[in-house]
Amino acid sequence: MRYLPKSPSERREMLEAIGAASVDQLFQSVPEKFRLREPLPLPGPLSEVEIIQYFQARAAENARGYTSFLGAGVYSHLRSVVTDALVQRGEFLTSYTPYQAEFAQGTLTAIFEFQTLMCQLTGQEVANASMYDGSTALTEAVLMAERLTSRHHVLIACSVHPEYRQVLATYAKNLGLTIEEIGYSSSGQVDRAALTPEKLAATAAVIVQSPNFFGVLEELPALAESAHAHGALLVTTITEAVSLGIVRPPAEADIVAMEGQALGVPPSFGGPYVGVIATREKFVRQMPGRLAGQTTDAAGRRGFVLTLATREQHIRREKATSNICTNEALYALVATIHLCLLGKEGLREMAAQNLSKARFALAELEKIPGVRRVFSGPTFNEFTLEFQRSVKLINAALLREKIVGPFALGTKYPELTKRALVCVTETIPRAEIERFAAAVRRILETPV
Amino acid sequence: MYPTDYRYTKEHEWIKTEGAVGTIGITDYAQAELGDVVFVELPKVGAKMKAGQSFGTVESVKAVSEIFSPISGEVIETNPALSDAPEKINSDPHGAAWLVKMRLADPSEISGLMDAATYQAYIAEKAREHSA
Amino acid sequence: MNPKATETELAADTNVTASRHVSRNEGLIFEKSASGKRGMEIPPLDVPAVDPATALGRDFLRDSIEGFPEVSEIEVIRHFTRISSWNYAIDLGMYPLGSCTMKYNPRVNEFVARLDGLGTEHPQQPAEASQGCLRILDDLQKCLLAITGMDAATLQPAAGAQGELTGLLMIRAYLESQGNPRKKVLIPDSAHGTNPASVVIAGYEVQNIKSNERGQIDTDHLREFVSGDVAALMLTNPSTLGVFEERIAEIAAILHQRGALVYMDGANMNALAGITRPGDFGVDVMHLNLHKTFSTPHGGGGPGAGPVMVKKILEPFLPVPVVVRKENGQYALDQNRPQAIGRVRAYCGNFGVLLRALAYTLAYGPGIRQATEDAVVNANYIRKHLEDSFDLPYNLPSMHEVVFSDARQKKHGVNTIDIAKRLIDYGFHPYTTAFPLIVPGAMMIEPTESESKEECDLFISAMRAIAEEAESNPELVKTAPHSTRVGRLDEVAAARKPILRWKP
Repeated sequence: MRYLPKSPSERREMLEAIGAASVDQLFQSVPEKFRLREPLPLPGPLSEVEIIQYFQARAAENARGYTSFLGAGVYSHLRSVVTDALVQRGEFLTSYTPYQAEFAQGTLTAIFEFQTLMCQLTGQEVANASMYDGSTALTEAVLMAERLTSRHHVLIACSVHPEYRQVLATYAKNLGLTIEEIGYSSSGQVDRAALTPEKLAATAAVIVQSPNFFGVLEELPALAESAHAHGALLVTTITEAVSLGIVRPPAEADIVAMEGQALGVPPSFGGPYVGVIATREKFVRQMPGRLAGQTTDAAGRRGFVLTLATREQHIRREKATSNICTNEALYALVATIHLCLLGKEGLREMAAQNLSKARFALAELEKIPGVRRVFSGPTFNEFTLEFQRSVKLINAALLREKIVGPFALGTKYPELTKRALVCVTETIPRAEIERFAAAVRRILETPV
Repeated sequence: MYPTDYRYTKEHEWIKTEGAVGTIGITDYAQAELGDVVFVELPKVGAKMKAGQSFGTVESVKAVSEIFSPISGEVIETNPALSDAPEKINSDPHGAAWLVKMRLADPSEISGLMDAATYQAYIAEKAREHSA
Repeated sequence: MNPKATETELAADTNVTASRHVSRNEGLIFEKSASGKRGMEIPPLDVPAVDPATALGRDFLRDSIEGFPEVSEIEVIRHFTRISSWNYAIDLGMYPLGSCTMKYNPRVNEFVARLDGLGTEHPQQPAEASQGCLRILDDLQKCLLAITGMDAATLQPAAGAQGELTGLLMIRAYLESQGNPRKKVLIPDSAHGTNPASVVIAGYEVQNIKSNERGQIDTDHLREFVSGDVAALMLTNPSTLGVFEERIAEIAAILHQRGALVYMDGANMNALAGITRPGDFGVDVMHLNLHKTFSTPHGGGGPGAGPVMVKKILEPFLPVPVVVRKENGQYALDQNRPQAIGRVRAYCGNFGVLLRALAYTLAYGPGIRQATEDAVVNANYIRKHLEDSFDLPYNLPSMHEVVFSDARQKKHGVNTIDIAKRLIDYGFHPYTTAFPLIVPGAMMIEPTESESKEECDLFISAMRAIAEEAESNPELVKTAPHSTRVGRLDEVAAARKPILRWKP
């Protein structure tokens, strides 16, 4: 077998050296009745080309080559081949967690750069080395707010990603944390009137997403002021990180829980992605996740180490800030390389293109009779439209034309049937936007 | 080494009383076990403690130790020098690196604590156990 | 402090030998940045440009990102290539890290993960346009169930720790449905730190149970501890000492008699695949670490995946969604599960990692047993050759890993961390130091099946040389490493005054 570097004679030599008559002897400690006598009924073994053929066949069964108008928390953006060329280097790909700092300065330097970039993007003072994804980063940020305020109730806008809210609820159930949802106004933003002084005074955190699940930007400075006036924190999550290329960063938030997938990480059917928590320096000891810190060796050379490890599970065990161990280091590296390539101007340009393309698509779609925009608040690259027909039916017809249609909001918000969340990124050519609009027009004109 | 006017606990805290006020810290033995101290977490002024209750932590790079209150009472002062210079705990654990001052709720609790000679015998026994 | 010593100064520093990389002075990417440079261009806009200030309003606009890098493509390539050369990696040599299972990461796995039509798919696209992805998940599930001997699975958890939490939440939900969720989870003192941390997040209390003098669970003690308050025992098998819990059947029976459950941390599955199945020896729920046993790359700390396998009684409580194959042969994500514990993360899992694990499993097929056998042979071979040089605290049969202690070397003032750092000078990554907690001065070594006899022999000779040095020249060992770009770094300063980002 090609992954096993032993010849039969070497195996014999080694068994002899051990003093075992056979390999079976080495498994004597497993009780006889539990030892398998037959090989496992598994498919394979496959040669390399057969493995490739299997996966190519699977790829053909998906939406390969389709044009997609789906966002809803996961975004397709341009990425450079340089990123994969670097990330596939064995020294990055196959290296371990940098606990032995002297032998892992490559990983630690890159993490330090990642932490810096996340601070620059979000306007916060410190950022960690990654969480699993945005949904768990948000959950951990909320638990952090609970620890910091000693309040056990939170207010969350229902325009925060539905699956993120589900994850928070799953974790909160057993921790005595109560969650109250706050609705939205006609602008699509969180209903500020519902954030009463009584509610705020009893809450650890007000939690919003910006741009939110409807694509609308929230007014964070005002929300921060309200929260702070009553001793609560503002926790904000971001699922479309490219928005930070032109949108004002959430500097007034106390904790930012971001999904970094939009920064050069492929959609990959749901993961792996890269979550980040960014916050104020004074909260750093309550942050979960690994942190790379700068220091020196005895000769004064600069180097980096994992630091403040006493927050983590391998030291604090049951008193740790979180149980997280393995994180998303390689994808933090992907985001780091991607942002270095794009740079200050590139990210701004990419974001500006998203804005322009989305506005163009909106204009084209609004020309169709019976299609109208929902929510008046400012949007980035996603917007909500109302149709006169079930979005599912529209999407089924679009699929036949190799278009993956917009997200049907009715699947997650029962009051928003016939509304769809349309996402347009810089990757969609004008001709495809026009083809999409023409197809929608044709579908709506066809009797059901 | 271990001031004779202090009292000591099995968890390696010391307390020096002046009237109804006790100054509390951790012993030289404790700081040696911990290694270089990087951070100290102390209770808020006004916090009320029972004897044996955990009131904070002392951290080194690789370990965290809880600090337990030797007596019952109320925290009236915490040492401001430790947030900037936690290393004082290593260099002067019995003096400048006191952790908190407390008003004793029940001064008679002091008699239940070890005196310097008893404490020294206690840690000598511990040292023997470790090298056994 | 002199982070950028000149070449002359470095050349004069004879303690630091030239390493593999071209530039030893590589700074941070921000230090190369200059206005007007760009590393990536995007195609010109083909629709009318919208002015952000008009479209969003000034209040929603940002100024340019202060300090963001501006560098060219070649500078990015050089920077990251240079710093990569400061890393050790599996591609370079053995990582003898206990319970990490640092095995070869097959390259075909990287190739297939990047195929157009796989890496490109959106998790919310309709099921009929995702049959390929869903089949990959279902095929993987079936393989993992066959290997573990369990009945149902969730592929959602992003790592072992998250798998542990998921399993514990399912245990709680099951016990609640039986009338009483109970209060405590028993954990051996040899357990990995994520175990007690996960228990607390699941809303349970940790009850530590001491290992006996054989490093195994003491069944008499266990009987005492398993009261009506105990929800589960969380064990690792083989233990973190690399030893199989011989009385596992009895242990499981004790728990089951009281209506409690057995959770197995599957971190050490590399000793069991193809040899025995946890489902057969009494385990009710377990997680696997795909970035350990199933070869997915560690990537400097992640990603991973921690799928959870359960017995039938826990199936109703699996988190949503569950991958199913319907009667018409179509694959789907089942969202309609009324007893589910909820959702532990957005979407259905770390698909890219799951895909790689399937590619690995397909490469071996039923021959996976050979990998397990080779792993155990390697561990025992190394043990045999180091028993004379290092103290072996538990003289029991080792499976895929062996735990020594620094007791002998301590007499000369040399401890496990010193020995580990000196190993770096011999070109190896250190083994796991100071874990498990029940062995003071632990040295935990797991070679995996990816190591050739040659590599094992090199490791053995390095360790023996260091044992020798500990006696004849302890200072050399205590001040190691000597051959890396930086010496031992000041972790105390890093923790006292943390500097966690670059500033201009």
